[in-house]
Amino acid sequence: MVVPLYHIVTLAGLLFTIGMLGVLFRRNAIIVFMSVEIMLNAVNLVFIAFARYHGSVDGQVFVFFIMTLAAAEVAVGLAIMISLFRNLQTTDISSFNLMKN
Amino acid sequence: MTAALFYLFAVQLLGASLFVVLNRNPMYSVVALVFAFLNLAGLYFLLGATFIGALQVLVYAGAIMVLFLFVVMLLNVGPDERRIGWVHLDRWWFGLLALLFLALFLVLAGQGVSAPTAGPSPATTQPGGVADVAAVLFSRFLLPFELAALLLTVALVGTVFLAKRRI
Repeated sequence: MVVPLYHIVTLAGLLFTIGMLGVLFRRNAIIVFMSVEIMLNAVNLVFIAFARYHGSVDGQVFVFFIMTLAAAEVAVGLAIMISLFRNLQTTDISSFNLMKN
Repeated sequence: MTAALFYLFAVQLLGASLFVVLNRNPMYSVVALVFAFLNLAGLYFLLGATFIGALQVLVYAGAIMVLFLFVVMLLNVGPDERRIGWVHLDRWWFGLLALLFLALFLVLAGQGVSAPTAGPSPATTQPGGVADVAAVLFSRFLLPFELAALLLTVALVGTVFLAKRRI
Protein backbone atom coordinates (compact mmCIF):
# COMPACT_ATOMS: atom_id res chain seq x y z
CA MET A 1 0.00 0.00 0.00
CA VAL A 2 1.49 3.29 -1.04
CA VAL A 3 -0.51 5.37 1.43
CA PRO A 4 1.01 5.31 4.94
CA LEU A 5 -1.21 3.94 7.68
CA TYR A 6 -0.89 7.14 9.70
CA HIS A 7 -2.58 9.14 6.93
CA ILE A 8 -5.62 6.85 6.99
CA VAL A 9 -5.82 7.05 10.79
CA THR A 10 -5.52 10.85 10.57
CA LEU A 11 -8.36 10.93 8.04
CA ALA A 12 -10.50 8.83 10.36
CA GLY A 13 -9.67 11.13 13.28
CA LEU A 14 -10.66 14.20 11.28
CA LEU A 15 -13.89 12.50 10.23
CA PHE A 16 -14.68 11.55 13.83
CA THR A 17 -14.02 15.13 14.94
CA ILE A 18 -16.39 16.47 12.28
CA GLY A 19 -19.08 14.09 13.52
CA MET A 20 -18.39 15.18 17.09
CA LEU A 21 -18.74 18.84 16.10
CA GLY A 22 -22.10 18.03 14.53
CA VAL A 23 -23.33 16.31 17.69
CA LEU A 24 -22.15 19.19 19.87
CA PHE A 25 -23.23 22.15 17.75
CA ARG A 26 -26.38 21.28 15.89
CA ARG A 27 -29.88 21.54 17.35
CA ASN A 28 -31.74 19.58 14.69
CA ALA A 29 -32.11 16.01 15.96
CA ILE A 30 -31.89 14.52 12.45
CA ILE A 31 -28.56 16.26 11.80
CA VAL A 32 -27.27 15.07 15.16
CA PHE A 33 -28.25 11.56 14.12
CA MET A 34 -26.40 11.92 10.82
CA SER A 35 -23.32 13.12 12.71
CA VAL A 36 -23.44 9.94 14.79
CA GLU A 37 -23.42 8.01 11.51
CA ILE A 38 -20.32 9.95 10.41
CA MET A 39 -18.58 8.97 13.64
CA LEU A 40 -19.53 5.31 13.16
CA ASN A 41 -18.08 5.40 9.66
CA ALA A 42 -14.82 6.91 10.90
CA VAL A 43 -14.43 3.94 13.22
CA ASN A 44 -15.23 1.59 10.31
CA LEU A 45 -12.46 3.20 8.28
CA VAL A 46 -9.92 2.51 11.03
CA PHE A 47 -11.06 -1.12 11.19
CA ILE A 48 -10.65 -1.54 7.42
CA ALA A 49 -7.25 0.18 7.42
CA PHE A 50 -5.84 -2.04 10.15
CA ALA A 51 -7.35 -5.16 8.59
CA ARG A 52 -5.52 -4.24 5.39
CA TYR A 53 -2.32 -3.54 7.26
CA HIS A 54 -2.35 -6.87 9.09
CA GLY A 55 -3.55 -8.87 6.09
CA SER A 56 -6.45 -10.16 8.19
CA VAL A 57 -10.16 -10.26 7.45
CA ASP A 58 -11.38 -10.01 11.06
CA GLY A 59 -11.64 -6.24 10.95
CA GLN A 60 -13.90 -6.44 7.92
CA VAL A 61 -16.19 -8.87 9.77
CA PHE A 62 -16.39 -6.34 12.61
CA VAL A 63 -17.31 -3.62 10.11
CA PHE A 64 -20.04 -5.93 8.82
CA PHE A 65 -21.49 -6.20 12.34
CA ILE A 66 -21.21 -2.46 12.93
CA MET A 67 -23.17 -1.86 9.72
CA THR A 68 -25.88 -4.27 10.90
CA LEU A 69 -26.02 -2.46 14.21
CA ALA A 70 -26.17 0.93 12.50
CA ALA A 71 -29.08 -0.17 10.30
CA ALA A 72 -31.06 -1.34 13.34
CA GLU A 73 -30.14 1.81 15.28
CA VAL A 74 -31.18 4.15 12.48
CA ALA A 75 -34.53 2.39 12.03
CA VAL A 76 -35.40 2.55 15.72
CA GLY A 77 -34.00 6.06 16.17
CA LEU A 78 -35.92 7.53 13.28
CA ALA A 79 -39.11 5.83 14.51
CA ILE A 80 -38.55 7.49 17.90
CA MET A 81 -38.01 10.80 16.12
CA ILE A 82 -41.28 10.49 14.22
CA SER A 83 -43.05 9.68 17.47
CA LEU A 84 -41.44 12.71 19.16
CA PHE A 85 -42.37 14.96 16.27
CA ARG A 86 -45.96 13.77 16.48
CA ASN A 87 -46.11 14.77 20.14
CA LEU A 88 -44.06 17.98 20.14
CA GLN A 89 -44.28 19.24 16.51
CA THR A 90 -40.54 19.93 16.39
CA THR A 91 -37.15 18.22 15.93
CA ASP A 92 -35.22 20.76 18.01
CA ILE A 93 -33.34 18.80 20.67
CA SER A 94 -33.51 21.63 23.20
CA SER A 95 -37.30 21.18 23.35
CA PHE A 96 -37.03 17.50 24.22
CA ASN A 97 -37.03 18.13 27.97
CA LEU A 98 -39.90 15.95 29.20
CA MET A 99 -37.72 14.37 31.89
CA LYS A 100 -36.50 17.73 33.26
CA ASN A 101 -37.63 18.54 36.83
CA MET B 1 -2.17 6.52 -9.08
CA THR B 2 -3.66 4.72 -6.08
CA ALA B 3 -2.27 7.32 -3.71
CA ALA B 4 -3.71 10.17 -5.80
CA LEU B 5 -7.13 8.49 -5.80
CA PHE B 6 -6.88 7.99 -2.05
CA TYR B 7 -6.22 11.66 -1.38
CA LEU B 8 -8.96 12.70 -3.81
CA PHE B 9 -11.50 10.49 -2.02
CA ALA B 10 -10.23 11.71 1.35
CA VAL B 11 -10.62 15.40 0.50
CA GLN B 12 -14.09 14.84 -0.98
CA LEU B 13 -15.11 12.81 2.07
CA LEU B 14 -13.99 15.50 4.52
CA GLY B 15 -15.56 18.29 2.48
CA ALA B 16 -18.91 16.53 2.19
CA SER B 17 -18.91 15.69 5.91
CA LEU B 18 -18.18 19.31 6.82
CA PHE B 19 -21.04 20.38 4.54
CA VAL B 20 -23.37 17.94 6.34
CA VAL B 21 -22.56 19.52 9.68
CA LEU B 22 -22.30 23.20 8.74
CA ASN B 23 -25.12 23.58 6.23
CA ARG B 24 -28.52 24.76 7.39
CA ASN B 25 -30.91 22.80 5.17
CA PRO B 26 -31.37 19.14 6.29
CA MET B 27 -32.16 17.99 2.75
CA TYR B 28 -28.77 19.20 1.47
CA SER B 29 -27.17 17.46 4.43
CA VAL B 30 -28.71 14.11 3.44
CA VAL B 31 -27.50 14.40 -0.16
CA ALA B 32 -24.01 15.45 0.98
CA LEU B 33 -23.89 12.49 3.34
CA VAL B 34 -24.76 10.12 0.48
CA PHE B 35 -21.83 11.62 -1.45
CA ALA B 36 -19.56 11.21 1.59
CA PHE B 37 -20.51 7.56 1.97
CA LEU B 38 -19.86 6.88 -1.71
CA ASN B 39 -16.38 8.34 -1.30
CA LEU B 40 -15.86 6.18 1.77
CA ALA B 41 -16.85 3.15 -0.32
CA GLY B 42 -14.17 4.19 -2.80
CA LEU B 43 -11.63 4.24 0.04
CA TYR B 44 -12.72 0.73 1.06
CA PHE B 45 -12.19 -0.47 -2.51
CA LEU B 46 -8.72 1.08 -2.54
CA LEU B 47 -7.91 -0.69 0.74
CA GLY B 48 -8.86 -4.04 -0.77
CA ALA B 49 -12.13 -4.52 1.12
CA THR B 50 -14.33 -5.03 -1.93
CA PHE B 51 -17.16 -6.77 -0.08
CA ILE B 52 -17.41 -4.08 2.59
CA GLY B 53 -17.19 -1.40 -0.11
CA ALA B 54 -20.14 -2.90 -1.94
CA LEU B 55 -22.00 -3.18 1.36
CA GLN B 56 -21.25 0.48 2.07
CA VAL B 57 -22.89 1.51 -1.18
CA LEU B 58 -25.87 -0.82 -0.74
CA VAL B 59 -26.61 -0.48 2.97
CA TYR B 60 -25.33 2.97 3.91
CA ALA B 61 -25.62 5.09 0.78
CA GLY B 62 -28.68 3.12 -0.32
CA ALA B 63 -30.91 1.88 2.48
CA ILE B 64 -29.99 3.99 5.49
CA MET B 65 -29.79 7.31 3.66
CA VAL B 66 -33.11 6.69 1.90
CA LEU B 67 -34.61 6.20 5.36
CA PHE B 68 -33.11 9.54 6.42
CA LEU B 69 -34.46 11.16 3.27
CA PHE B 70 -37.96 9.85 3.98
CA VAL B 71 -37.91 11.15 7.54
CA VAL B 72 -36.59 14.58 6.53
CA MET B 73 -39.38 14.85 3.98
CA LEU B 74 -41.98 13.49 6.43
CA LEU B 75 -41.18 15.97 9.20
CA ASN B 76 -41.72 19.59 8.35
CA VAL B 77 -38.58 21.67 8.41
CA GLY B 78 -38.80 25.03 10.10
CA PRO B 79 -38.78 28.27 8.11
CA ASP B 80 -35.22 29.14 9.12
CA GLU B 81 -33.98 25.74 7.97
CA ARG B 82 -35.63 26.00 4.59
CA ARG B 83 -33.36 28.77 3.38
CA ILE B 84 -29.85 28.12 2.16
CA GLY B 85 -26.92 29.12 4.32
CA TRP B 86 -24.53 28.14 7.06
CA VAL B 87 -25.36 27.49 10.67
CA HIS B 88 -24.38 30.03 13.25
CA LEU B 89 -21.67 28.50 15.41
CA ASP B 90 -22.24 29.84 18.88
CA ARG B 91 -20.87 27.89 21.87
CA TRP B 92 -17.27 28.07 20.63
CA TRP B 93 -15.94 26.10 23.62
CA PHE B 94 -17.41 22.96 22.07
CA GLY B 95 -15.14 23.56 19.09
CA LEU B 96 -12.21 23.93 21.47
CA LEU B 97 -13.18 20.60 23.03
CA ALA B 98 -13.27 18.92 19.62
CA LEU B 99 -9.88 20.39 18.67
CA LEU B 100 -8.42 19.16 21.94
CA PHE B 101 -9.76 15.68 21.20
CA LEU B 102 -8.31 15.77 17.69
CA ALA B 103 -4.86 16.85 18.87
CA LEU B 104 -4.79 14.18 21.56
CA PHE B 105 -5.95 11.54 19.09
CA LEU B 106 -3.34 12.46 16.49
CA VAL B 107 -0.48 12.45 19.00
CA LEU B 108 -1.49 9.10 20.48
CA ALA B 109 -2.16 7.55 17.06
CA GLY B 110 1.20 8.82 15.83
CA GLN B 111 2.95 7.13 18.72
CA GLY B 112 1.00 3.91 18.26
CA VAL B 113 1.25 3.65 14.49
CA SER B 114 4.83 4.76 13.94
CA ALA B 115 6.28 2.57 16.69
CA PRO B 116 8.62 0.04 15.05
CA THR B 117 7.17 -2.89 17.00
CA ALA B 118 3.56 -1.90 16.40
CA GLY B 119 2.77 -4.94 14.31
CA PRO B 120 3.86 -7.12 11.45
CA SER B 121 5.06 -5.65 8.21
CA PRO B 122 2.33 -4.68 5.73
CA ALA B 123 0.80 -7.78 4.23
CA THR B 124 1.35 -8.63 0.59
CA THR B 125 -1.88 -10.59 0.14
CA GLN B 126 -5.11 -8.69 0.51
CA PRO B 127 -8.12 -10.77 1.54
CA GLY B 128 -11.39 -8.87 1.29
CA GLY B 129 -13.58 -10.54 -1.31
CA VAL B 130 -16.94 -12.14 -0.57
CA ALA B 131 -15.37 -15.61 -0.19
CA ASP B 132 -12.71 -14.41 2.24
CA VAL B 133 -15.19 -12.61 4.49
CA ALA B 134 -17.76 -15.43 4.31
CA ALA B 135 -15.19 -18.08 5.29
CA VAL B 136 -14.55 -16.27 8.57
CA LEU B 137 -18.10 -15.01 9.08
CA PHE B 138 -19.73 -18.43 8.86
CA SER B 139 -17.17 -20.30 10.95
CA ARG B 140 -15.68 -18.31 13.81
CA PHE B 141 -18.31 -15.57 13.90
CA LEU B 142 -21.37 -17.75 13.40
CA LEU B 143 -22.96 -17.01 16.78
CA PRO B 144 -22.59 -13.19 16.45
CA PHE B 145 -24.01 -13.50 12.94
CA GLU B 146 -27.14 -15.23 14.24
CA LEU B 147 -27.40 -12.67 17.04
CA ALA B 148 -27.23 -9.89 14.43
CA ALA B 149 -30.17 -11.51 12.64
CA LEU B 150 -32.07 -11.56 15.94
CA LEU B 151 -31.15 -7.90 16.53
CA LEU B 152 -32.52 -6.92 13.13
CA THR B 153 -35.78 -8.77 13.84
CA VAL B 154 -36.16 -7.00 17.20
CA ALA B 155 -35.42 -3.64 15.54
CA LEU B 156 -38.04 -4.35 12.86
CA VAL B 157 -40.75 -5.13 15.42
CA GLY B 158 -39.73 -2.18 17.58
CA THR B 159 -39.82 0.24 14.65
CA VAL B 160 -43.30 -0.86 13.60
CA PHE B 161 -44.51 -0.48 17.18
CA LEU B 162 -42.90 2.94 17.70
CA ALA B 163 -44.09 4.46 14.45
CA LYS B 164 -47.72 3.49 14.99
CA ARG B 165 -50.33 6.17 15.34
CA ARG B 166 -50.88 6.23 19.11
CA ILE B 167 -48.13 5.70 21.65
